[in-house]
Amino acid sequence: MNWTLAMPELVLACAGLAILLVGVIPRANMNQIVSMLVIGALLLAGVLLLGQEDGIAFGGQYVADAFGRFMKLLVLVAAALGLVLALDFNEREGLAKFEFPVLLLFATVGMMIMVSANDLMSLYLGLELLSLSLYVVAAFNRDSGRSAEAGLKYFVLGALASGLLLYGTTLVYGFAGTTNFTRLAEALNAPESAPTGVVLGMVFIVAGLAFKISAVPFHMWTPDVYEGAPTPVTAFFASAPKLAAIALLVRVLMGPFGDLAAQWHQILVLLSAASMILGAFAAIGQRNIKRLMAYSSIGHIGYAMMGIAMHSRVGLHGTLLYMAIYLFMNAGTFAVLVAMRRGGRTVERIDDLAGVGRTDPAMAFWMAVFMFSMAGIPPLAGFFGKLYVFLAAVQGGVWWLAVIGVLTSVVSAYYYLRIIKVMYFDAPAGALDARPASLSMVMAGAGILNILFFLFPAPVLAAVQVAVAALMG
Amino acid sequence: MAIGLGHYLTLSAILLVLGIFGIFLNRKNIIVILMSVELILLSVNLNFVAFSAALQDLAGQVFAMFVLTVAAAEAAIGLAILVVYFRNRGTIEVEDISTLKG
Repeated sequence: MNWTLAMPELVLACAGLAILLVGVIPRANMNQIVSMLVIGALLLAGVLLLGQEDGIAFGGQYVADAFGRFMKLLVLVAAALGLVLALDFNEREGLAKFEFPVLLLFATVGMMIMVSANDLMSLYLGLELLSLSLYVVAAFNRDSGRSAEAGLKYFVLGALASGLLLYGTTLVYGFAGTTNFTRLAEALNAPESAPTGVVLGMVFIVAGLAFKISAVPFHMWTPDVYEGAPTPVTAFFASAPKLAAIALLVRVLMGPFGDLAAQWHQILVLLSAASMILGAFAAIGQRNIKRLMAYSSIGHIGYAMMGIAMHSRVGLHGTLLYMAIYLFMNAGTFAVLVAMRRGGRTVERIDDLAGVGRTDPAMAFWMAVFMFSMAGIPPLAGFFGKLYVFLAAVQGGVWWLAVIGVLTSVVSAYYYLRIIKVMYFDAPAGALDARPASLSMVMAGAGILNILFFLFPAPVLAAVQVAVAALMG
Repeated sequence: MAIGLGHYLTLSAILLVLGIFGIFLNRKNIIVILMSVELILLSVNLNFVAFSAALQDLAGQVFAMFVLTVAAAEAAIGLAILVVYFRNRGTIEVEDISTLKG
């Protein structure tokens, strides 16, 4: 048994246990020390990940391949960014408890296991390790009724989704006789003779995963949880778990259920179309910027799923590229949202950004970049993400889905551009508080990546190419 | 009449539906929702054990053990969040969970 393949996860999990022990030492700035240790552990895991070899370990439970490495690197970056955004915010909000970074670390371990799952058992355990950590961080501001309500809603609907996913798992296990992805793929290689129970189970599993990526019609929790949870937690929710769940969805659909593509193709096309439409229209009337970002993220997941639904190399290429670009657009936008404080309190209405173009030109500029990028205006990175998934839909023969995608992009451009209009043309609502250097760095870094992507896309495209090849041969 | 796989599957499907209805139709109390979640997980366990016996394969029983463990952790976290919620609001009525909407 070649357990050294799972070194990044093992090191990260052991580091989590050790850091938990360090955290109980009574010292004034323990939160910062623990945060730095966790960022160090994430870096270490990233380095180990780069040196990882391909192979299968733990009796077929765990697979290490280029696809997994690509998604895990993105997840690690997203987790580290989430932690950086939380550092100063938690100090100011009185949330500076050392459990927070440790919970994010365990959530990251869960996500890495999900991405590398090669068996329904490791899929479930990774997903639960992630979910259980997320329930707690959603309710982390325990003196706030809104945060507690967000945690409660997320918990109830998340537990229901895990239940559905598990029920699907039992059906697949019972009717195919195994939970291992490799053996499932062999058992299901003749789509005509696939038992109905397996197809039903697959639908349950897709529904459970659609909940985690908040695709319509499993999105009900998203706006409430995004609004109620502390802003850095929302930033984390919108990036890392979505990357990991999309990776898991891709692995499940392309691997064991790859030959059942005729059955899941239409489900995913419908989920994708519904997510894009709801994401575009429901966000229009929002006054709260975190709620708006929730609907925006639902829309983005719709675009990403368009690529998966095509079940082609081009489609998968588009999806992976979209998620990589989405990570950086999202991190930058949420850095601005975390920086929205006035008089020592967080403000989260869109109107609170009024006149930022005059009071804080740097932040307004970066926010404008992220909004243009999310709307898909060339030459920013967001445009290329959309271009590749639309291309895949047209090549896959589902051109009407690409048309819906273009139309919903136009509709969603309305609310992205409205934020820019509020920032530059409305009367200032008073200056925002000075922001810490860490937020400015995240904004500038993500902004530069978004602006310069069209000049230097080669490294990202090459990495995506290798990841796609690992999965689809 | 011998009790076969079909009976177990039917029972577990009934339990699953009861659990789902318990979450969506219940308008009274959040504790009932937590109980419904447990019911769903138990129906899953029943399925796993029944399939495992029918297939003569141990993997299903191992899976059921994992589900039991995770269900315990999930219940603990759910109750903890419920306590936090009750301290803030002073109520656990389902109808009152509506501050966040729009």
